[in-house]
Amino acid sequence: MTTALESPRPRGRSGASGRARLARLAQRQGALVILALVVLVATFTFDSFGTAGNLENIALQASFLAVVALGMTFVIMSGGIDLSVGSVFALGGVLAAWGAGHGTWVALLLPLGVCGLIGLVQGLVIARGGLPPFIVTLAGLLFARGLLLLISDEGATTYKVPPGSAFRELAQGSFLGIGYPVWIVAVAFAAGGLVLHRTSYGSTVLAIGGQEDAADLMGLAVLRTKVIAYTASGMLAGFGGLLMASYTSSGVTILGVGTELEVIAAVVLGGTLLTGGAGTVLGSLVGVLLLQVIRNVINQIGSLDSNWQAVISGTILLVVVTLQRWLATVQRE
Amino acid sequence: MLETEGVTKSFGGVHALRGVDFSLAQGEIHALVGENGAGKSTLIKVLTGVYRPDEGTIRFDGREVSFHRPADAQRAGISTIYQEVNLVPLLSVARNIFLGREPRTRLGLVDVAAMNRRAAELVGSLGIDIDVTADLGTLGLGIQQMVALARAVSVDSRVVIMDEPTSSLEAKEVATLFDVARTLAARGVGLVFVSHRLDELWQLCDRVTVLRDGRRVHSGSMAELDRLGLIAHMLGREVAEVAREGATEFGDTHRRDQEPVLTAHGLQVRNRLHGVDLAVRPGEVLGLGGLLGSGRSETVKAVYGALPVRSGSVHVGGRPVRPNSVPHALRAGVALLSEDRKAEGIIADLSVRDNIALAVLPRFSRGGLVAEKRIDALVETFVRRLRIKAASPQQKVRELSGGNQQKVLIARWLCTEPKVFLLDEPTRGIDVGAKAEVQALIDELAEQGLAVVLISSEMDELVEGADRVVVLRDGAVSGELSEDRKTSAALLAALAGAAAEEEGGDE
Repeated sequence: MTTALESPRPRGRSGASGRARLARLAQRQGALVILALVVLVATFTFDSFGTAGNLENIALQASFLAVVALGMTFVIMSGGIDLSVGSVFALGGVLAAWGAGHGTWVALLLPLGVCGLIGLVQGLVIARGGLPPFIVTLAGLLFARGLLLLISDEGATTYKVPPGSAFRELAQGSFLGIGYPVWIVAVAFAAGGLVLHRTSYGSTVLAIGGQEDAADLMGLAVLRTKVIAYTASGMLAGFGGLLMASYTSSGVTILGVGTELEVIAAVVLGGTLLTGGAGTVLGSLVGVLLLQVIRNVINQIGSLDSNWQAVISGTILLVVVTLQRWLATVQRE
Repeated sequence: MLETEGVTKSFGGVHALRGVDFSLAQGEIHALVGENGAGKSTLIKVLTGVYRPDEGTIRFDGREVSFHRPADAQRAGISTIYQEVNLVPLLSVARNIFLGREPRTRLGLVDVAAMNRRAAELVGSLGIDIDVTADLGTLGLGIQQMVALARAVSVDSRVVIMDEPTSSLEAKEVATLFDVARTLAARGVGLVFVSHRLDELWQLCDRVTVLRDGRRVHSGSMAELDRLGLIAHMLGREVAEVAREGATEFGDTHRRDQEPVLTAHGLQVRNRLHGVDLAVRPGEVLGLGGLLGSGRSETVKAVYGALPVRSGSVHVGGRPVRPNSVPHALRAGVALLSEDRKAEGIIADLSVRDNIALAVLPRFSRGGLVAEKRIDALVETFVRRLRIKAASPQQKVRELSGGNQQKVLIARWLCTEPKVFLLDEPTRGIDVGAKAEVQALIDELAEQGLAVVLISSEMDELVEGADRVVVLRDGAVSGELSEDRKTSAALLAALAGAAAEEEGGDE
């Protein structure tokens, strides 16, 4: 325990023992290793997997969830959870499709505003009221789903994005042969990484998730930080739905059921501790990609029921969470 | 520099502080001493803005101040280092030091390089050699405490309050921590130091203030006070005072001619116990004496399997008990009435009956169904036998007095039909009348053949209630008072002697 006292160490990299460092690396990059393995195997097994078209398709399909996962990452890192994102995602899509009939700006700002507001209210209730995030965002889930059904005649009305609307371009257009959503995700995650690791806001999020009492005693803005995290999560979920609406040219009302769980799975797969306090933004992106690749591979095996995707994802999630727990104890040694 | 005058604070009619005057000078290391419940923690919390005093004033730099939240006190320059490190283990050392005040680049982003460099300079200047980019949680507790100190320095704290910072540190870590503390004092920072390891006070502190029952009973130079004097102040006894008689409800001694029902041998718990031996016979009350932090509670918890032991063995009725397993200890017939009945025992919103029944549920249920009638009968018996004053067995425990709550807990444990009953401060915090009843009850239980281990901070209780008293010091047995030798004076001398031996001791 006192080794650091006894022997001077170079100040460069981590002073933790080699084993602990390896464990830490595995915890943070474990999903990346699995992803690389799956991609490698799939490329050699299925001719159609490694094609540029298929890979681009995977990236594009993953980008909708990835946007939602970015917000969820911050919430989970702060020690919370946001169950409302699936419903908010769907609501954002419906609002965007409806708004597209009234102009591109309405299609963009309306979902962001409404979904951000839902996040803000949830954040305020959680931070100020001290209520458990699980319950508050469960209420948010029901609220957003209900709102969606209200404005779509119980889901019977599917709003269409008018043909020729510039709003369609957002998700259907491409640059250098790669769809805009993929670029958006790349930029969003780069920004998210900077915020998490290079701003005091990010440090505060990690501090709250790691030891909320300590963060409070250090005089950090605990309440504000939480409110911002939930607001951002709501907005990003709405933005994901908005992208989806642009991509499908319609506000599909049945989307987003169970999406919150898929997103949580992706974030945890990516190495973020479900209890908060540690993780990387990039890991969540890897987690989303991993889930998407598994889905794609199962589609490649034509004979396999597509429901195997959930079974396999669930299994991998369980393995990863068990590993995380184990690695955390190794690190503490 | 930091002063309080006539600070009074009470909680629900109980006075935690009564008109306490305290003053801390610049560059001074000031020991704050007292037994549990003397008011140390309350005073610290008043100084750091966790509580606001009911009466009295706090002055900082000659100006009257009033802190509403801990953050206010911190901004004013008063930092607190807690027993449990209050930093974020998953973040790096440098991040922890600069949380909330990270150096920025021109773009407004955290300047990680500058942060690490400044953190390294800072810890270096305090004589600590660590890698500041390592996660805090990977470092030893001592280092973590020092990082907390470094953070206090970096926010330009003028006062640092250290609340038992050494309680979970190794000797070497303590030495380094003290070096850092002295460095700070030399820079003009005033430090308040709380520790239950008394020898540390003389090593580190310039002045001392002793609290007892919420009052300041002594304040003066550390060097001018010897151990015996300090302990006398803490316990409120004249050194020469002889034992009074009949202050408690305990009766005569019990028979002790049988083989021990409980034997513990060489119990070791990391940083806490260093080889404790105990033996208790049926019908005997064994007192466990020692100052706070000497390992009394740890000893009974280790016997009960609630504290992971490194080595050592426990036998009940001649049969070994599997270590570190509460269920096993329970089955073997060991029961523990823990010190903190609110946190570790009583369930305030359940009825008297349900609280008692908790312990027997496993025995009284078949295939998941509970034999309600049998439980009713059992509860009835205990309520009568222990004279629990409740409107009915259905009354919520929350509504009972402290003494009756304690009896409910005792009843719960008695339901398990223990052979050995470990009682950790069974009369703390209950009123005088109830105290007498609990004491009488302990006596009665022993008479019926139960082996009892009694921990108490009250000397009278140990001297009169126990047949023998084993005195602990620093996690080891330092002495034993047999029946004919147990007087208050002898116990006081044993406690003080134990403390005196520490001087050239193992630290």
